Amino acid sequence: MKKRKLILPLLATVALSAAVLAGCSGGAAEETVEGTVTTDGSTSMEKVIGGLGEAFEEENPGVTFTYNPTGSGSGITAVTEGRCDIGLSSRDLKDEELAQGLTETVLAKDGIAIVVNPENKVEDLTVEQIADIFTGKITNWKEVGGDDAEIVLIGREAGSGTRDGFESITGTEEACQYRQELTSTGDVITTVAGNPAAIGYASLASVQDSVKAVTVGGVAPTEETIADGSYAVQRPFILVTKEGEQLSDAAQAFFDYATSEAANEIITSAGVVPAAN
Amino acid sequence: MGNRKQLVEDVVHGIFLILGIITVGFVLLISVYLLIAGVPAIGKIGVIDFLFGTTWAPTGEVPSYGILPFILTSIYGTAGAILLGVPVGFFTSVYLAKIAPTKVKAMVENAVSLLAGIPSVVYGLVGMLVLVPLVRNAFHLPDGASLFAAIIVLAVMVLPSIIKVSLTALEAVPKDYEDASLALGATPVETYFKVSVPAAKSGIAAAVVLGVGRAIGEAMAVIMVSGNVANMPGLFESVRFLTTAVCSEMSYAVDGSLHQQALFSVALVLFLFVMLINAALNFFLKREKK
Amino acid sequence: MNSNANGKRRAYIGAMKALMYLCTGITVALVVFLIAYVLIKGLPNITWELLSTKPSYLSGTIGILPDILNTLYLVVVTLLVVLPLGVGAAVYLTEYASNAKIVAVIEYAAETLSGIPSIVYGLVGMLVFCQFLDFKTSILAGALTLAIMNLPTIMRTTQESLKTVPQSYREGAFGLGAGKWRMIRTVVLPNCVDGVITGCILAVGRIVGESAALLFTAGFAHALNGFLTGVMSPGASLTVALYVYAKEQGEFEVAFAIAAILMILTLCINGAASLVGTYFKKRRSE
Repeated sequence: MKKRKLILPLLATVALSAAVLAGCSGGAAEETVEGTVTTDGSTSMEKVIGGLGEAFEEENPGVTFTYNPTGSGSGITAVTEGRCDIGLSSRDLKDEELAQGLTETVLAKDGIAIVVNPENKVEDLTVEQIADIFTGKITNWKEVGGDDAEIVLIGREAGSGTRDGFESITGTEEACQYRQELTSTGDVITTVAGNPAAIGYASLASVQDSVKAVTVGGVAPTEETIADGSYAVQRPFILVTKEGEQLSDAAQAFFDYATSEAANEIITSAGVVPAAN
Repeated sequence: MGNRKQLVEDVVHGIFLILGIITVGFVLLISVYLLIAGVPAIGKIGVIDFLFGTTWAPTGEVPSYGILPFILTSIYGTAGAILLGVPVGFFTSVYLAKIAPTKVKAMVENAVSLLAGIPSVVYGLVGMLVLVPLVRNAFHLPDGASLFAAIIVLAVMVLPSIIKVSLTALEAVPKDYEDASLALGATPVETYFKVSVPAAKSGIAAAVVLGVGRAIGEAMAVIMVSGNVANMPGLFESVRFLTTAVCSEMSYAVDGSLHQQALFSVALVLFLFVMLINAALNFFLKREKK
Repeated sequence: MNSNANGKRRAYIGAMKALMYLCTGITVALVVFLIAYVLIKGLPNITWELLSTKPSYLSGTIGILPDILNTLYLVVVTLLVVLPLGVGAAVYLTEYASNAKIVAVIEYAAETLSGIPSIVYGLVGMLVFCQFLDFKTSILAGALTLAIMNLPTIMRTTQESLKTVPQSYREGAFGLGAGKWRMIRTVVLPNCVDGVITGCILAVGRIVGESAALLFTAGFAHALNGFLTGVMSPGASLTVALYVYAKEQGEFEVAFAIAAILMILTLCINGAASLVGTYFKKRRSE
């Protein structure tokens, strides 16, 4: 939202450059593609993919871009079965998935913010404290410097890439004692915003003013700390494709666009760190 | 010419017959598909483990597929909704049928129709933003999303069905019954409750059946207020119903996996539950009629 | 002598009266609260921009035009499918069926259909229409699922009004030499128009309010499509959009706006149904 001011000039630049390139190349103008591009998967990637898709559609009016927010696990399945062109995953692919003939291309790096209600006094937590909180060893906020209130654990459903990333980094796989298991990143934010004693995890890109992201081991989640890895809780945004299979013209064009530097501004404005740096 | 007319008649008769049979066809289609989709998982998991297992963790290291939490939650949730909704609906319908002045009755009836028509997501939205914080503050819980919140929402949702059907049943009681009772010295109120209501018993029971059906089948409103964790049900615990279990995991269960098949089995169990309840209650109603 | 009994009686009457007023009061209060709350929170958020654009990530705005169109397409296709089926089955049951067993079976089937939870419909719809018939996630698959869901309603209202056609009308037509189909066409069907219209209105109300059955059959997309492309593509209806905006994105202003729109639609549909009811009642008594 704060990066909105960059969008209009950005779009103007992109459109202008496209026009200039088209004009410059004379006869061999930059051909726009036509067709459909279907993507399916991670809900955390919505802003990024939505923005990229929209910009791509504006440059190529003959293209219909669809994004189906079903969760990382489902997106990987969808691309394996050929139900979509590009799968979207907010976690690394597992060995079994790679073995099924899938290729992962890192689009961006996303921080997983540990969010608490703005009324919560706690500002910083170590990875161990976070793990203890989510596994139920620490049950009251006063144990970590907050008010005397029972901690309410908000998490994601079992197929979520965000949950997978969070649990593997904090080492809490299968040990988390969630009070609520929600089906999207936005839902976690809403729920934590509505409960002073709640704590949850969500894609940094989706964090709004309604919640507060704590610093992890003293490190705040920002573009720089994610890019250089000092913010520990992060995971990749991945474009998943089938090994050896040729994408349709439209899908390939989108793929190339998304992984190129031209897309970086959109990716950054969505709050994540582009891989193509 | 007579023959041609007959031909047209026969063709039309055939068309209408087919259209009628299609209805039966759909029921068969649904039942058959659910069976095909739902039985394999039960076979692989084992009926006892599936229906009576208390842990649902399909994506865990050691996957387990026990749906007892869902079954019990659906039962408790429906029971709670009926316990709250039936008395309120019942007394409202007696008031409407017997005491309310015509204008008031028309107004309240319209209000009830409206209540019936509100989409369940709207109930869910209001429940999420008004009821859940209310429950949290009123009962000093860490989190208001619970079985209790779901029961309240369900009770409100079954209210219109109960009122409407009970109303029809009460209005159908022959006036002679009531006149006779009044002639014997009973006051109007006593007449209503001791004569009219028992006479309308089967209609009121039908209303309850309708309410049960609506409560056990509700998914959207409930998913927004109940927390969605596969716990064994507790009144203020975060719970998952049979309906919400299917809803929340269907979109990411890997196609063709045991997980997805287990979800179909959950839907099958839900379907069988509804059939069973309908059959049992209809059976009792028919016995009453005799 | 009778004082105890009278005291008890009076207490009983008093208690029953109190309960009746209390419960009616609760019911009315609930309705008033729901309508007021949704409208108060939602109406201010209904802007022209919201109603006439589609969502844009780049400019960070939300528009629900695609969802409105999707809901419209859904209603049209569902009615196109369910009306012939429902009216036809009802006509068969009242006019043609002589075998009581077949009638009982069909009526039992219809009753069963109306009791099945909508999420089960959604699942079966996904299996049958999206996968088996390969319509993929689309408005069409959603509409077909909704058609089956609304079949019992259309059948019931058509049957009810068919039954009100006096037998003498039918016999009169036969007496004049008409065949059965001709009799139905000219005498019975025109007279059951009110039942069909009422059934339609009720069905539209159910279609507009349905969500669980559409999640897996019609999907979540917000693309702006014309009718023909729209029907074959995934699309979120207003209710599904409300769910997503409220639960998954926390965009409560938009969610309340949609809720207010749905509430107004419900009011209109209810109003239309009762208007139709009184109109035809008047006509019939003339």
